[in-house]
Amino acid sequence: MGQIRLQGVQKSFGPVHIIKGADLEITDGSFVVFVGPSGCGKTTLLRLIAGLEDVTGGAILIDGRNVVDVPPAKRGLSMVFQSYALYPHMSVRGNIAFGLKMAGLPKDEINRKVEAAAATLNLTPYLDRKPRELSGGQRQRVAIGRAIVREPKAFLFDEPLSNLDAALRVQMRLEVTRLQKQLGTTAIYVTHDQVEAMTMADKIVVLNGGKIEQYGSPLELYEKPANLFVAGFIGSPKMNFVTGDLAKQQGATTIGVRPEHLKVERDGQGGWHGTVAVAEHLGSDTFLYVDAGPLGMLTARYVGELDLHPGDKVSLIPDPARIHRFDDGGKSIRA
Amino acid sequence: MARMVTTRRKAISTAAAWLVGFLIFFPILWMVLASFKTELEAFAIPPSFLFFHWTTENYVTVQERSDYFHHALNSIIIAGGSTLIAMLIAIPAAWSMAFSPTKRTKDILLWMLSTKMMPPVGVLVPIYLIYRNFGLLDTRTGLIFILCLGNLPIVIWMLFTYFKEIPKDILEAARMDGATIGRELIYVLTPMAVPGLASTLLLNLILAWNEAFWTLNLSTLEAAPLTVFIASYSSPEGLFWAKLSAASTLAIAPILVLGWFSQRQLVRGLTFGAVK
Ligand SMILES: Nc1ncnc2c1ncn2[C@@H]1O[C@H](COP(=O)(O)OP(=O)(O)O)[C@@H](O)[C@H]1O
Ligand SMILES: [Mg+2]
Repeated sequence: MGQIRLQGVQKSFGPVHIIKGADLEITDGSFVVFVGPSGCGKTTLLRLIAGLEDVTGGAILIDGRNVVDVPPAKRGLSMVFQSYALYPHMSVRGNIAFGLKMAGLPKDEINRKVEAAAATLNLTPYLDRKPRELSGGQRQRVAIGRAIVREPKAFLFDEPLSNLDAALRVQMRLEVTRLQKQLGTTAIYVTHDQVEAMTMADKIVVLNGGKIEQYGSPLELYEKPANLFVAGFIGSPKMNFVTGDLAKQQGATTIGVRPEHLKVERDGQGGWHGTVAVAEHLGSDTFLYVDAGPLGMLTARYVGELDLHPGDKVSLIPDPARIHRFDDGGKSIRA
Repeated sequence: MARMVTTRRKAISTAAAWLVGFLIFFPILWMVLASFKTELEAFAIPPSFLFFHWTTENYVTVQERSDYFHHALNSIIIAGGSTLIAMLIAIPAAWSMAFSPTKRTKDILLWMLSTKMMPPVGVLVPIYLIYRNFGLLDTRTGLIFILCLGNLPIVIWMLFTYFKEIPKDILEAARMDGATIGRELIYVLTPMAVPGLASTLLLNLILAWNEAFWTLNLSTLEAAPLTVFIASYSSPEGLFWAKLSAASTLAIAPILVLGWFSQRQLVRGLTFGAVK
């Protein structure tokens, strides 16, 4: 079991409030991603759950039990650090076995479990190597092995893939997701990369400035962002925002349209007119950065190749069903 | 082409390193050679490098005139004792500064080091008077005490830099793995800190062994370590080069042997862990 509930969790370092009251319910077996810009408090929130930092206020319940006064060793969680934090003086075997040794398991059981974990992660040939004799990707696997072998209530990941190169990152992303589904263990995963968040999560927590902006499934966040921040943070390229009269006509302070919901027409009638400033041709997609005069720069995405070049006049027609409206405070207006 | 340049550069730097090494080592070599010469040959100009009348009579005379083993024992007790006490004080001090630093940690460290900037002779008179009044002159306790205090800033500073190098993450990983503080210390921290502890210990031992200012000024015979033993050959009846050399050779022999067997640790210690 691994159900985690946060109730009004707060954290300050001295006079600085870093986490300003977080309420969250994480169901057993789900994969939850904390995403947000750098410095928004993701790591801090994760460390509070781990017990590596003490809360300033609020409660953290694991399977119904408040653990704020329980030391990290006794919370039954395991963590994968951004730096991997492997024990440099121990072999891969020693690293993976350490937690089991601390739990006082018999030797043969430890060996059996370590070997099973190593097999799952393709680490068997490296069991007797030291961490410094491994590549970045292999170290990453050892760190994951160390986390899974203890069969914890939940895994905590702090940007575990950020030190890997792009290709390896995509591969490990898949592996981590697959492993988590296979084990059925609750996972909390911290990243600043919204693509990672969208692809891996069952549910995403969007954090900004120490506050939870929205909690929901990836598609919920994409289709019904709660506010301007979430709308701008989720989705790539970013959502276009337009203010002024055009927004007022829709009964909003700001309206937002995603690049993929703007239809591009050459010198067409209606819509928003502009001039192509930059055109990116990826073959599968064409991204257009359009100077739309008073509306500012707008981004449009066209699936497939579109033969347009800087200087070309275009009109962009927003899909009326996909226009997001926001009020003065940046909150979404739902019809 | 590039390869040729690098090989040549490597050869040149190797030669330069050997040259510097030889220059540094030469006085010691010269001293050892002189200790096997007669007093006359030790003075001779031009000096003879290897072709002289080899004799061990200096060593015999030195042992007859003064008790080498008495002084050597004092050296061992004083250097060992002061090092041990310094380590016992420095480990927790460096520990807390490295792992739970406060706003003042940097200042405290600098202040400690700043005490080493004053020449010791500046406090000789007050220390001497204190020692006289407390009956600490020419006692091992007194020397252990002053050497320990003198080296403490360096020991704390060195240990601090070592502990600082140990990533906090790894300790936290152990905590997440279910290790209690005690087990974290035994299984994770100590193994990672041992190289640092060892090289600090060695360096401090050598510093204390060779310390000559306080030992010469605060001891005469009873507690006098080997530094005083050497110095006794350089004054009253004029200089006796050969005997002085024999005494010095005897004095540095133990620490030289120790140094030889712990070269790697020492290099690490002297470079503050920069060489791995
Ligand atoms: N131990 C600490 N002492 C003081 N401030 C801290 C400490 N840890 C983190 N912070 C501050 O808290 C904020 C959030 O940090 P963090 O949780 O690491 O952000 P993120 O992981 O989202 O990038 C940052 O502004 C950081 O400077
Ligand atoms: Mg972080």
